[in-house]
Amino acid sequence: MILGQKQLDKIHDTLTQNLIGSGVQSVMLIDTAGNVIASINNGTETIDLYSLAALAAANFGAMSCMARIVGEDEFSLLFHKGEKENIYFCKVNEELLLVNIFNNQISLGFLRLKMSKVVEELLELLTI
Amino acid sequence: MAFINLKDKVIQAKIVYYGPGRCGKTTNLEYIYDKCRLQVNSEMVTVKTQGDRTLFFDFFPFDMGKISGYDVKIQLYTVPGQVKYNSTRRLVLKGVDGVVFVADSAVERRNKNIISIRNLEENLTLYNKNIREIPLVIQYNKRDLAKQGIEILDVETLENDINAELKAPAFEASAVEGHNVILTLKKIIYYTMSSLEKQLKQEP
Repeated sequence: MILGQKQLDKIHDTLTQNLIGSGVQSVMLIDTAGNVIASINNGTETIDLYSLAALAAANFGAMSCMARIVGEDEFSLLFHKGEKENIYFCKVNEELLLVNIFNNQISLGFLRLKMSKVVEELLELLTI
Repeated sequence: MAFINLKDKVIQAKIVYYGPGRCGKTTNLEYIYDKCRLQVNSEMVTVKTQGDRTLFFDFFPFDMGKISGYDVKIQLYTVPGQVKYNSTRRLVLKGVDGVVFVADSAVERRNKNIISIRNLEENLTLYNKNIREIPLVIQYNKRDLAKQGIEILDVETLENDINAELKAPAFEASAVEGHNVILTLKKIIYYTMSSLEKQLKQEP
C-alpha cells in the first residue's frame, strides 16, 4: 500500500481536528498487518507505537475470528477500559483500523459519535 | 503487504519466522534482538503461555537505516508453531512480505517439518500468496545437537523433505549459538527488499 503526501496530510488533519481536538490522547491509523500508517498524539503520550500496532492488529484479528465462531460477522464495539487509560478500536475498512487511546475525561459514546464522522472522511480521502 | 509512506519516506515490511513447535523461531528473534540492539528501538513483544511456548507471536521492529533515501523498518514476527494454533498463525501471516522457514534438524522432528511447510503453503494460499513466489529462506536449525550426541538429519535429507521443489536459499544454523542467524536474516531482508523493489516498478 502506498499513500502520497497529500493523502497523508489530509489524514493527519482529519485525525487531529476530530479526535485530538476532542481530547483523545493518541490516535493511530494502522493496517490489519500491523503497519503504522499515521500516528498523532497530544504531546503527552510516549508509547511504543510499533509494538502497540502489532498487538492491536493481532487483537482485532483474534476478535474477528471469535465473532465468526459465535456466528457474528463482527463485534461492533472493541473497547478496553483501564483505570486511567482506555483503548477503543474502530474498523475503517477491510484493511485499516483506528486505535484511540483516551482517558476518563471523554466518554466512549462521544468518541464513537466522532468516530463515525472520521471514518466517513477517511474513506473519502482513501479513494482520492 | 508492505506499507510505503511517501511523506515521511518510510517503508515498513513484514518478515515472519515460521516452522514447527520448538524449532527455534523465538530463539532466532531473541538472538537478533540481543545482538542488534542499536537497530531495535523497542522492547521485544512476546505473547506466550505460562510454559514459555509462543501463544500468539514474538515481535520487534528492526531498523535497517536508509535505502535509496527511504527509512526501512522491518517488522520481525514469529508464529506459534504448535499445530493447534493454526488460526493465530494465519493472523500473523496476514500482510507478510517475506518468510524464514525454520526447520528442526533432530531426526525425531522430521515429520513435523514436513507438516509445517505444507501448512505454510496452505496458509499463504489463503492470502493469495504462492510459496514459490514469496521471498523465502530456509534455515536448518539445531545443527549443534550433534555435539550433544543427539541424532540429526543430514542436510540432503532436509533438502529433499522441504526444499526439493522450492529451491529456496537454505542455511545450516544453530540459533542457540547464534551460528548463521544473522546470515539468515540478511538473506531474507535482501530477498524481501528486492521483491518490493520489483513490485514497485510494476505499479502503474
